Amino acid sequence: MSEGALLSIEDVSVDLPTPRGNLRAVDRVDLTVGAGRTLGVVGESGCGKTMLSRAVLQLLPKKAKLSGRVMFDGKDLVRLPPEKLRKLRGRSLAVVFQDPMTSLNPVLTIGTQLMETLQEHLELDMAAARQRSVDLLAAVGIPAPEQRLMQYPHQLSGGMRQRVAIAIALSCEPKLLIADEPTTALDVTIQAQILDLLAREQRRRHMAMILITHDLGVVAGRTDEVAVMYAGRVVERAPTPALFKKMRMPYTEALLAAIPKIDAAPHASLPAISGRPPDPTRPLPGCSFAPRCRYADARCQTEKPSLSEAESRDHLYACFHPVETAAEVSA
Amino acid sequence: MLFFVARRLLYLIPVLVAVSLLTFLIASLLPGDLAYVILGDQATPEKVEALRHDMGLDQPVLWRYVSWLGHILQGDFGRSFRTGQTVLQAVTERLPVSLELMLLAEIMGLAIGVPLAIVCAARSGGAFDRFMTGSAFAMLSVPTFLSAILLIYLFAVELRWLPATGYVPFTEDPTGNLRFFVLPALTLALAEWPGIMRVLRSDMIATLQEDYIALAKAKGLTASRILFVHALKPSSLTLITITGINIGRLIGGAVIVETVFALPGIGRLLVGAIGTRDLIILQGVVLLVAVGFVVMNFIVDLLYAVLDPRIRHGHA
Amino acid sequence: MATLELSLEEDVTAVTAPRARRLGLLFWMAIGWVTFVFAVAILSDVLPLPSPTDMDMLERRAPFSFAHWLGTDGLGRDELSRLIHGARISLVVGLCAPIIGLSIGGALGMLAGYFRGRFETLVVGSMDVLLAFPPLIFVLAVVAFLGQSILNLTCIIGILGIPAFMRVARASTLTLARREFVIAAQALGATHARILLRELLPNVFLPLLAFFLLGVAVTIVVEGALSFLGLGVPPPISSWGSMIGEGRESLDVAPRLAFLPAIAMFLTVLSFNLVGDTLRALTDPRQGAL
Repeated sequence: MSEGALLSIEDVSVDLPTPRGNLRAVDRVDLTVGAGRTLGVVGESGCGKTMLSRAVLQLLPKKAKLSGRVMFDGKDLVRLPPEKLRKLRGRSLAVVFQDPMTSLNPVLTIGTQLMETLQEHLELDMAAARQRSVDLLAAVGIPAPEQRLMQYPHQLSGGMRQRVAIAIALSCEPKLLIADEPTTALDVTIQAQILDLLAREQRRRHMAMILITHDLGVVAGRTDEVAVMYAGRVVERAPTPALFKKMRMPYTEALLAAIPKIDAAPHASLPAISGRPPDPTRPLPGCSFAPRCRYADARCQTEKPSLSEAESRDHLYACFHPVETAAEVSA
Repeated sequence: MLFFVARRLLYLIPVLVAVSLLTFLIASLLPGDLAYVILGDQATPEKVEALRHDMGLDQPVLWRYVSWLGHILQGDFGRSFRTGQTVLQAVTERLPVSLELMLLAEIMGLAIGVPLAIVCAARSGGAFDRFMTGSAFAMLSVPTFLSAILLIYLFAVELRWLPATGYVPFTEDPTGNLRFFVLPALTLALAEWPGIMRVLRSDMIATLQEDYIALAKAKGLTASRILFVHALKPSSLTLITITGINIGRLIGGAVIVETVFALPGIGRLLVGAIGTRDLIILQGVVLLVAVGFVVMNFIVDLLYAVLDPRIRHGHA
Repeated sequence: MATLELSLEEDVTAVTAPRARRLGLLFWMAIGWVTFVFAVAILSDVLPLPSPTDMDMLERRAPFSFAHWLGTDGLGRDELSRLIHGARISLVVGLCAPIIGLSIGGALGMLAGYFRGRFETLVVGSMDVLLAFPPLIFVLAVVAFLGQSILNLTCIIGILGIPAFMRVARASTLTLARREFVIAAQALGATHARILLRELLPNVFLPLLAFFLLGVAVTIVVEGALSFLGLGVPPPISSWGSMIGEGRESLDVAPRLAFLPAIAMFLTVLSFNLVGDTLRALTDPRQGAL
């Protein structure tokens, strides 16, 4: 893949053994993120985007099998010894999970959870770690940060907790931040605040970011590049402006039509796409999206389209019948 | 938190009254009459009648209960008609032995059970985990008096490392005291650790699936910090709730262990009182042990609240 | 993460079946041992055994021989015969006491769970009082006042089991009473008695049975502990507990006198625990999911 990339995911597959057979959660994915750049990964629930992020973080379930390489900062995370991996995590590779209700430890104070990372990686003493924690909480927009240090997660609202989780992720100035559906579990009214906070901190700290979401509207205007995933595969990849100007994959088009309205429930399904994603333990011979695609023909049922540079060098898609009309940009 | 304590305290009162009533009623189950037991062979109808009158046994049951309870509330639990010692004296004399035994046993039980639970949970499903889970299950089927015999046979009879029976007060000879306590406490601990391990292990396994553990790993914390700081505390809540049951079993076990190892504790006082039919001592000890047990359970409830900030702040 | 959730659900249903089969061997060995103990206990009068109480002062602590397969105890009594007669005590007390707990506790629990309200509060409250006594202390006290006999022992241990059975029955009834088939029966105008006996009892019975087997194990241990302390069945009747207690005196010269009944008791208790625990895992959906 391209030289000088901070993170390059090379031919990564994740297989999960299940009683019904092998489940291929991620299927031969190639992605790169340059230093200071942002990548949006978009797809429905179950498309493998979370598994992909867990593969990068090396936090896959025990039974999962991972193949391919995850090159981060010149090191293959898959083959890195545990101790070296540990030194990297939290230090230069950080993550914000979906649900701040469950991702903060309920029995430890906010202060403990913030300061432990600082003490572990930056070897700060108590006082310095404390001061830096206060600064971090203030930076992510938490009022009265000194008092917060003594509080427990349940004493904070969901939005505040996610701000704390972001402060933890930012604490050691990571080179890459993975935000896995960071606003899905939050109230609609604060989703934009959190996203803007992430975008602002990303620019200010010049760190790279992978923003994972099911909502195309979220990545529009906040990312440099977008990868659309379906059934474990990347089906379209393009610089964000190019994608919104001219999306080629019918699935991307359907996703755009399904952007939740401001008054919809936070985790609403996608009403515009009929049918369900295919059973991941029973891979189809042809295009995985074919059963739900209105352009599909006989060839789509039997032959799998590959991700190719048909449009331009940096706009890739996997489809025999790309959408021709320019999509209306609503975001 | 204050409200929580007050509510639990309020519930304590009816339970304690009911416990005292039940203790009193058990004592009145005695076939015949306490007066006959006291007088023994010298019982003549006149003497029995006189003693019954002296002890108030000719009064109605409810009245006797109220006056008995009245005495107890003033700290008068009665006096042995065999030794003349008051119940309170007898109990305070022996209480330190029983408490030391149970405390040492619980420490040893935790020292065995907690590390095993953590190791098993961290490698759940592995060979060691399966072996230890099986052993714990088998150990749950070994009664206290069996492990007592086994330990005596191994360490006192065969190896001759430790004394089988005996006691010196801690104040006179600390190391000697501990030597006498090793086998009894280990006996009780052998009954304690399987329960501790099983409960903590399954809670740990559940906790290790939590998002906050994944985040702790993603933060690059050391494995020991994740296990001991992030996973152990949220997993120990069930362990504390079953502590109440554990204390009940521990008290029962202490009776057996004190008898087998000849430790002069409450349990031996109880068994001795049964042997000599010293019914006043028996009644007083049963009441005090039950009250102590209720109070310990109350403390366990409070401890639970201290450990779980969600309950402490009234969120549960 | 829908795919993951999907696969986990599948895990649950698919994994429980092989697990039951994997537990198979131990489970059937436990059943086998319990059956064996039952058989010899029932047949003890028919079997050609020496009397368990006849003393032979010349043959004290005799080793294994053709006349005494497992030797003799400190008073020259046949060890094997005493073991088998001891099994009768353990089984009689071990089965009868939990039956008391099962019937009274089960009935109270079902009524409390079905009718709720003040009755439930009263039942749960009085059980709390019974639970306020450390079990062994309670048994000791009552036996001391009431006198040592198999009947007294069985009744007291049985009463102490009531709270636990009540809890199991109440918990099952509470969840079942909200299920469709009960609501349907109510809508059809079935009487309370009919719903309790025909609709709820068959469903509550299985968890209670599993718990009953665990109760048998606990009862055998408690009876053993009391007899060990010399406060259980009165001599000269042999019981595993009292045999272990007597064997303790000669640990240095003839440890087998303590360890033979100890092994018999351990295997029996372990077997009941194994069978009970397997049944519990099968009837408790939460356990099956783990």
